[in-house]
Amino acid sequence: MPQEKENKNSALVVWDGELVSPGTLWKRGVSFLSPGMLWLFVFLLLPCVILVLVSFAGRGEYGELVWEFGLENYSRLIGFGAFGWTANYLMILWRSVVTALITTVLSVLIAYPLAFFIAARPERTRYFWLTLVIIPFWTNMVIRAYAWFLILAPEFPLAKLAAFLGMIDPGSPLYPGSFAVYLGMVSMFLPFAALPLYASVERLDWELVEAARDLFATGPRVFVKAILPQTLPGLYVGITLTFVPAMGVFVVPDLLGGAKYMLVGNLIRDQFGASRDWAFGSAISISLMAFTLAGIYLFRRKNFDEYKTRKSA
Amino acid sequence: MKKGLRLENINKHFGETQALRDVSLEIHPGEFFTLLGPSGCGKTTLLRIIAGLEFPDTGKTLLGGSDITSLPASKRPVNTVFQSYALFPHLSVFENVAFGLRSRKFPDHEVNRRVKRRLEMLDLEGMETRLPNQLSGGQRQRVALARALVNEPQALLLDEPMSALDAKLRARVQVELRRLQKKLGQTFIMVTHDQNEALTVSDRIAVMRGGRIIQFGPPEHVYDNPISKFVAEFLGAANLIYGKAVNGGLLTDIGFFRLKENPPWSRGAVAIRPEWVRIRDHEPEKNGVRGTVKEVIYRGAYFDILLEPGPLRVRTDTYRRVKVGDQLWLELLPEEFAILND
Repeated sequence: MPQEKENKNSALVVWDGELVSPGTLWKRGVSFLSPGMLWLFVFLLLPCVILVLVSFAGRGEYGELVWEFGLENYSRLIGFGAFGWTANYLMILWRSVVTALITTVLSVLIAYPLAFFIAARPERTRYFWLTLVIIPFWTNMVIRAYAWFLILAPEFPLAKLAAFLGMIDPGSPLYPGSFAVYLGMVSMFLPFAALPLYASVERLDWELVEAARDLFATGPRVFVKAILPQTLPGLYVGITLTFVPAMGVFVVPDLLGGAKYMLVGNLIRDQFGASRDWAFGSAISISLMAFTLAGIYLFRRKNFDEYKTRKSA
Repeated sequence: MKKGLRLENINKHFGETQALRDVSLEIHPGEFFTLLGPSGCGKTTLLRIIAGLEFPDTGKTLLGGSDITSLPASKRPVNTVFQSYALFPHLSVFENVAFGLRSRKFPDHEVNRRVKRRLEMLDLEGMETRLPNQLSGGQRQRVALARALVNEPQALLLDEPMSALDAKLRARVQVELRRLQKKLGQTFIMVTHDQNEALTVSDRIAVMRGGRIIQFGPPEHVYDNPISKFVAEFLGAANLIYGKAVNGGLLTDIGFFRLKENPPWSRGAVAIRPEWVRIRDHEPEKNGVRGTVKEVIYRGAYFDILLEPGPLRVRTDTYRRVKVGDQLWLELLPEEFAILND
C-alpha cells in the first residue's frame, strides 16, 4: 500500500508553483484551449470540409447541387471540357498570379520610402502619418474603387494630362484598364505592406548603418548590407499580407478593369453568382487556396530556415 | 615626422545644448590617446567628429596635414570600434572583417590574405564562418577590432570598447589592447568614462567636462598633478584640503603645510592622493598631522583608512595592522601636494 502511494506521488508534477497530476493538467489544458478550438472548428475547419466536399459534387439542371462525386470540376479547371482542351481557366489563374505579384512588388516599392518617411518624423507627428496610412483600411473597398472613378474621370487633371500626352482619346476616362486596376490594387494593399515594414524600420539599429559608412560603404551598399537585412522580417510579413489577399481580389478588377479583366476572384464570384455552379466554384476556391498556401509555404520555409540557422548553432 | 590628427577650435551644438566648446587638440602618430570624462561631457561627440559621423559647427579637423573637416565617414582613413561593436548580424566573422576591404573593391585574394592575417593576429582562427551571435563578448570585441584594423586606418577610434565586458575580462583586455597598439605602432583614440582604463592603456589622456578639455598629458602626470578639484576626484580618490596661502605654505584647519611652490591664489585648495600620505611612528619634522582612525576598510591588497581630523583618507599596505581608535602620525610631503586652481 505505501508503495502505491509513493508511485502516485512521483507522478505529480510542479506546474506554476502548484503540485498537480498530469491528468488534471491535461484536463485543464483542454478546457483552456476549447473555446479557441471550437471557434477554429466552426469557422475554419467546418467550412473548409464543406467546400472540399462540394468541390467534388456536380451541378444540376437548375444550378442546384447534385451529390454525385467525381473529379469533373478539377479536370474542367485545368482545361478539359465538352469541346476539348482549352487554357482559359489556367490563363485566368496565371493572370491572377502575375497581377498579385506585380501588385506586391509595387506596394513594397512604395511602402519602403513611406516607412522610412514616417519613421523619420518626430514622435508627435508620427501617429498622424500612420493614421493617414490606416484610414483607407476603415473605408469600404467598393467605395474606394468608386473614388478612383472620380479621380480618373475625363474631367479631372489625370485623364486630361494623359489625353494631352496622347495616351488616351480626349474626353475618355483612365478606366477601365490595367493602369486603373493596379492603381486600385496598390492603394488597397499598400497599408498591408507599409505597416509591417514600418515596424521593422522603426526598430532599425542605426549604429549598423554608421558602421557600414565607417567601413567605406556608400549609398546602395549601405542599403543592401546594413538596412535591408534588418527590415527583412517586416518585408516578409508585408509580402505575405499583400500577396495572399491580392490573389483572391475581385472588387477592384471588376470595377476598374472592365469586362476583359477576369481574375480568379471574379471567376469564383461568378460561379457562386451568375453561373450558379457552386461545385465548380468550390473547386476553384480550393485550388486557389492550395496554390496560395503552397506559395507561402515555400516562401516562408526558405526564410524560416535562414532564420533558424541564424538563431541556433 | 609624420603628422597626426589635429583638431582646431571645434564647436558643436545639438539644438540648444553645446556639446563641444572650442576644443583644440593634437594627437601624435602612433599614440594611444584617451578622451576621459563623465557621460555628457562631449567625449563621444568629439570621437564621432573625428570619425566623420558628426560634423562640427565651426572648427577644423586635419589628418596627416590635410583638411578632412567636411569629408564623410566613408571617405576617411579612420575606422571605429563601436560601443556595441555594431557587427553585421547576418554576416559571418570573415565577411564582417572583410567588409571595409570589399567596400573599397579589393580583389578576392587580397581580401582573403588580409582578413586571414588579422583573424590570426586577434586569435580568431577557426571562427571565420560563425555569426556574431555565436560568439562570446570577448570574441565579438576582437572581431570588431579586426574589422577596423584590417583597413590599416591612420587612426583607430574606440568608443567605450570595454563597456560590454565583465570586470575581470576587462582588466585583461585593457592590457592586451595596449600591447596590440604598441605592436602595431598605430594611432588609437579611445573614449571612456573609466579612469582606471584610461590610466592603464594611454600614452596621453585628455580629461573632458562640459564640452571642454580641462587637462591633458601623460596619465601619471595628470594623476599626480590634477589642476582642478574635478580632475583630482575624477581620476581616483583624493584628499582635498582647503586653506589660506601663507609664505610658502598652506594654513588649514588641521595645521600648516609646506608646499613645493607658492600657490597662485590666497585662498584655495590642494589635493593629495591617499596612497601618498605616509604613516609615521614619530612626529615628523614638518607637515605632520596627528589623526585618529575612524574607519578601516579592508580591500585585500590594502587598507583604506578614514581619519579625524579631516576626514583624511589614507591608503596603506596590509602588513601594517590598523584598528579603529588608533592614533597615528601622518606625514604629507610638500612634493606630493597638487595645487588646484579652482
